[in-house]
Amino acid sequence: MRVALFVPCYVDQLWPGAALGAVKVLEAHGVEVVFPEEQTCCGQPMANAGLAAAAEPLARRFLEVFGGFEAVVCPSGSCTSMVRNHYDPFLAGAPGFDALKAHTYELCEFLVDVLGVREVRGSFPHKVALHQSCHGLRELGLGVASESMRPRTNKVDGLLRSLAGIELVPLARADECCGFGGTFAVVEEAVSALMGKDRIADHEKAGAEIVTGTDVSCLMHLQGIAKRDGRPLRFMHVAEVLAEALP
Amino acid sequence: MSHGSAPAPAGGHPEAAARFVANEARTHWHDQALWFVREKRDKAASLVPDWEELRIAAAAIRAYQRGRLPELLEEFERNAVARGAKVHWAADAAEHNEIVHRILDERGVRRLVKSKSMLTEECGLNPYLEARGIEVVDTDLGERIVQLRQEPPSHIIFPAIHLKREEIGVLFHDKLGTPQGLSDPTKLTEAARGHLRERFMRAQAGLTGVNFAVAETGGVVVCTNEGNADMGTSLPPLHIACMGVEKLLPRLEHLAVMVRLLARSATGQPITSYTSHFHGPIEGGELHIVIVDNGRSRLLADTALRGLLACIRCGACMNTCPVYRRSGGYSYGWVVPGPIGSALAAARDPASHATLPFASSLCGSCDGVCPVRIPIHDALLKERRTLAARGLIPPGKRFALAFLALVLRYRAVYEAGGRILRFALRHLPRFVLYGPWNVWGRRRELPPAPKESFRDTWRRTRAAGGRSRG
Repeated sequence: MRVALFVPCYVDQLWPGAALGAVKVLEAHGVEVVFPEEQTCCGQPMANAGLAAAAEPLARRFLEVFGGFEAVVCPSGSCTSMVRNHYDPFLAGAPGFDALKAHTYELCEFLVDVLGVREVRGSFPHKVALHQSCHGLRELGLGVASESMRPRTNKVDGLLRSLAGIELVPLARADECCGFGGTFAVVEEAVSALMGKDRIADHEKAGAEIVTGTDVSCLMHLQGIAKRDGRPLRFMHVAEVLAEALP
Repeated sequence: MSHGSAPAPAGGHPEAAARFVANEARTHWHDQALWFVREKRDKAASLVPDWEELRIAAAAIRAYQRGRLPELLEEFERNAVARGAKVHWAADAAEHNEIVHRILDERGVRRLVKSKSMLTEECGLNPYLEARGIEVVDTDLGERIVQLRQEPPSHIIFPAIHLKREEIGVLFHDKLGTPQGLSDPTKLTEAARGHLRERFMRAQAGLTGVNFAVAETGGVVVCTNEGNADMGTSLPPLHIACMGVEKLLPRLEHLAVMVRLLARSATGQPITSYTSHFHGPIEGGELHIVIVDNGRSRLLADTALRGLLACIRCGACMNTCPVYRRSGGYSYGWVVPGPIGSALAAARDPASHATLPFASSLCGSCDGVCPVRIPIHDALLKERRTLAARGLIPPGKRFALAFLALVLRYRAVYEAGGRILRFALRHLPRFVLYGPWNVWGRRRELPPAPKESFRDTWRRTRAAGGRSRG
């Protein structure tokens, strides 16, 4: 199977390890990866700020770059959700859009739902806490959120749990938002930073050595606060964990 | 008096929230108090086997109601009148206040007791009546506390959630003459009960809100935990019930769905201590029902946002909201705070509440707890688009994002920009990087920038054409 890798702009520029990890993990599962170099950004920052006119050309561009691939895989829940759940106002009715929407996947989702992976090979002998990024959790349904009364399942947690030697530590608040929230991190700086600080305290209390998650944006925010406050936590994207664990 | 819809705080939500957060210990206390309620709600909901199906049913009932609101209101009026109630229609807050005042004035009422009603807060009824010489006593304990402090409620279910019991002790010492330093909740409640009992005894009329009105029966339903609505409507002969048009349910059987959801969502109780049904006046008394529009039919006509009318005012979205818990009810500057309050306020008047749709990280937890499944975070997103379309986004933010969007339209420009950004992050001195313009960096480090972007590495290590070696 051949997939196009969608690397969000901030991952490309600031946390390339997440995308490199994704390539390694996909290839280890026999997937051929292509990277369409014309890609830049899905337009989420503008769309979430309400600036539809600024976001629309980026959505159109995204369809031009990624339309026609059998599958598009992205190491970010939030950017995947942008394409799947928030492109309609810009692209509804455009040729190829429905197929693009249906075949754009977050990395863990692709592994579990498309490739049927239940267990990943490899070992990762660390105490890890999973930060549930909201858009992946609630908009993509990578897991069932704590407020839902549906039976608990979680694709990301399931993959991590299958690694040998890993200890996933439980958090007091399983899926509270970290406070990144895109421009929220700046517009509501005070609340955003305290939300992050509180998440870090929860992760530390749980005894985590490494915090992982599906979204670099959340991790970057949490890492920024942890570093400022001199907390020793390490932050790794889930693709980096899965890649490092590979035998 | 500062009752009624609180004025929008200067600087909007972000500045009010920053002032709240500045007291970190107190913010954590507030957060924990509300998170405790969220956990109680989870436990209560988990004990209902078909909770999620119940929510789906509730959403369907509310959608059905919205589709037939005019007919249902007429049906309700017919049935309520047949049971001996008098029905009044108010187009807006001013009319509502005038109607209530006229009813009281015509009967020479000078002393009114009230149970909880967010609608009368919305209409600013208390100051209106007080200015006309009527004593108004809120009889819900939390409401009475904030009334004595001359504050609006900070939460729709827990009006005094922002106060510590020691502060209530000080207030009661001052206003009710309790011993100095008393902060035992039971003793404070006893003192309030004594004080309120006296007010109940001499009240000439009782006013209540309405949780639900049933078109089929013409009855109204009021849910309380303190029985104060029942006291206030049983002792004096005059009962005025004020409701927004959206409180209507088509049939009695729909009430069964709503009541199962309401208290569990609001406080984690299976049911409120009192669920009182009022069908017509008490013997020898009068029941007046004031039905208020005040912007609701305009919201009903808004195809994108009309779903917000489904709200049953349980407050669950506030308790789960990580922003509300850390910014407090007053930071919203609107009678209903939190996610649903932001959405309702901005739907009503975007310009006056321009920061509220942004007072959310869009985490979506509000949608998940909402007993009637309102897509709240989606509504906030739609309202952001409305604000942008009306030019109500701050120019700095608008230009920065428009510039970024332009950069991102051209691959070469994006790549060059990325290189400059990473170079700057690696090499600029700290005092430049963390200058006053860097809002991110006030309490956070900037990310460590790698030498190579992903695409640099890809190009360096992979054959031309961009294929993996797989």
